[in-house]
Amino acid sequence: MIAEKSNTAQLIIDKISSSAEKVNFIDNDRLSKALLYLENKGIPNNRHEDYKYCNIDGIFKKEFKNIEQKLNVVSDVAQYKLKDALTLVVVNGNYSESLSDKLILKGLHLTAFSNLDKEEKKLIGSLANVESDAFIALNTAFSGAGFHLKIADNEQLQIPIHILYVSSANSEALVNPRNVIELGKNAEATIIEEQICIGTGKVFTNFLSEKFVGENAKLTSYTFQNEGANGFSVNTNQVTIARYGKYDNTTVTLSGSLVRNNHNVVLAAQNCEAHLNGLFTTKSNQLVDNHTLMDHQMPNCESNELYKGIITDKSTGVFNGKIYVRKDAQKTNAYQSSKNILLSDDATINTKPQLEIYADDVKCSHGTSTGKIDEVAVFYLNARGIGRESAKKLLLNAFAQEVINKIEVDELKDKILNLFENEL
Amino acid sequence: MITIKNLHASIGDKEILKGINLEINAGEIHAIMGPNGSGKSTLASVLAGREDYEVTQGEVIFNGKNLLDLAAEDRAREGLFLAFQYPVEIPGVSNINFLKTALNEIRAYHGQEEMPAKDFLALVKEKQKLVELDGKLTNRSVNEGFSGGEKKRNEIFQMAMLNPKLAVLDETDSGLDIDALRIVATGVNALKSKDNAFVVITHYQRLLDYIVPDFVHILYNGKIVRSGGKELALELEAKGYDEIKKQFESLEK
Repeated sequence: MIAEKSNTAQLIIDKISSSAEKVNFIDNDRLSKALLYLENKGIPNNRHEDYKYCNIDGIFKKEFKNIEQKLNVVSDVAQYKLKDALTLVVVNGNYSESLSDKLILKGLHLTAFSNLDKEEKKLIGSLANVESDAFIALNTAFSGAGFHLKIADNEQLQIPIHILYVSSANSEALVNPRNVIELGKNAEATIIEEQICIGTGKVFTNFLSEKFVGENAKLTSYTFQNEGANGFSVNTNQVTIARYGKYDNTTVTLSGSLVRNNHNVVLAAQNCEAHLNGLFTTKSNQLVDNHTLMDHQMPNCESNELYKGIITDKSTGVFNGKIYVRKDAQKTNAYQSSKNILLSDDATINTKPQLEIYADDVKCSHGTSTGKIDEVAVFYLNARGIGRESAKKLLLNAFAQEVINKIEVDELKDKILNLFENEL
Repeated sequence: MITIKNLHASIGDKEILKGINLEINAGEIHAIMGPNGSGKSTLASVLAGREDYEVTQGEVIFNGKNLLDLAAEDRAREGLFLAFQYPVEIPGVSNINFLKTALNEIRAYHGQEEMPAKDFLALVKEKQKLVELDGKLTNRSVNEGFSGGEKKRNEIFQMAMLNPKLAVLDETDSGLDIDALRIVATGVNALKSKDNAFVVITHYQRLLDYIVPDFVHILYNGKIVRSGGKELALELEAKGYDEIKKQFESLEK
């Protein structure tokens, strides 16, 4: 489908160009390609197949008419830190060395994009094609001062890395955080990426991460999104996994006016494995849209997806899971499941599995279920003296457990569990 | 303890209970017997507060309160307990958490503080012994993957934990083998006191060998058509329901 062009992209470019720093870590050729793509394709609206339920052009027109980029200085993030993790802080798209913990872990190297040498810079954008998606293009054109995080070969990080993305503005703003995370051969790491929005103005966060999971490496990643009513975000993760590599991600979305997640995983070599889990709760007029792509390129790989949504009021949830099994990807094992609970008559869920299979010896399946809260179970609980509200909480908690239990960092799990229960 | 007067209840357009009268005092065990479709389970559901049924006439006074005015959870908090014919599986909610929530909500209703965790666990230990329920089951999700017998024992375990004033056992014996039946009955007999009462709904006399009722009522076509002592159950067992049916069908004509 050809998306109708609107002038939103041009307006954004005009408005933020004046305040944006020149991106000095991406070559000019790619920068101009990104701008050109943006100008030509525009910000996607709901006539664009991939954004059918997520009219971002419309959201920009309605919510970001006046992007002023009055960004705030953030000087204290202590309350958001986890005790047993190493915290890296990104404020309005830019890495803040002063707010971040000192990097004292053996085998862990962090380099600001601008300090990378010429060869290393080539990693940036190698997984995120500027001509594949408007938000990749937008991020590329106006990339924040991000970093390259490398876990050296054979190193197993003993504590999690907690990357905190804080956005804070006093007016409508657009920020473009970006990073590259690279796990060397046999490396292991747990990385928590948390997004919060703390200013008085609305912020559109256009996040982009490129993740390289090396041979026999294991990356356990958690994405925690709790941006509140002022937060609007598109979050793109481009992941590639090498031989025997393993990538696990659990994404929990508790709030945000708009949260669009594009999680694209390439199983690029034999015997690798990827797991994507998601839990989202939406209310009022929120929209949470999880788009995943499992691109099975080589034989003997396994992927598994489990997304659960609790949708209430007039909010909307979307799960679109694409599994691509290429001709060479024999013996692929891919599974996908989307389960949702609608708590009101005006709540909407759009769930769509998309399986494209070009190999003939594969196991691929998907399942989806959407329902209301189980009244038979509610009555059973009532009959034991448990009131309606507590019964509902118990049942929704039980529904969410399957995903929350995937979180192996206890401190994060407890934090999410508490916030989740408060959301109910 | 409970007085049921002229209770009529319908589901949709269909009237199922057609004027039930029953008085139960503390310390008593009442058995309600009757053929399929006579309204036994409906009576249990209406008392527990299932919303699928509409009460069209009559009243139920439970410990001085109008039971029918109370929400299902408040009936339970007032001391009414229904052992379900088909206990519900609730994946993801642990038995322990479920019981702790139930017990503490009941305590809160009576203005009592939460039970300390230590006391609660001691109580769990004591009561699960009573129904010979494996400790592993109490840590699992409510009824999930339980066998039929385990589910019924879990109902009695919950009853023991919540210590109700009036317990209604809705065909707790259905689907139980003789050992499970004995365990369930032992549990009920151990809990029986001069301060509480039981209503045992059953098809068969068998359970009543173990739980000896003070009164037996025969429910037929939405009404209690005969009441008597425990010998009534034996008579029914000997003659079957057909005779009752014939008798009352001719009466109604």
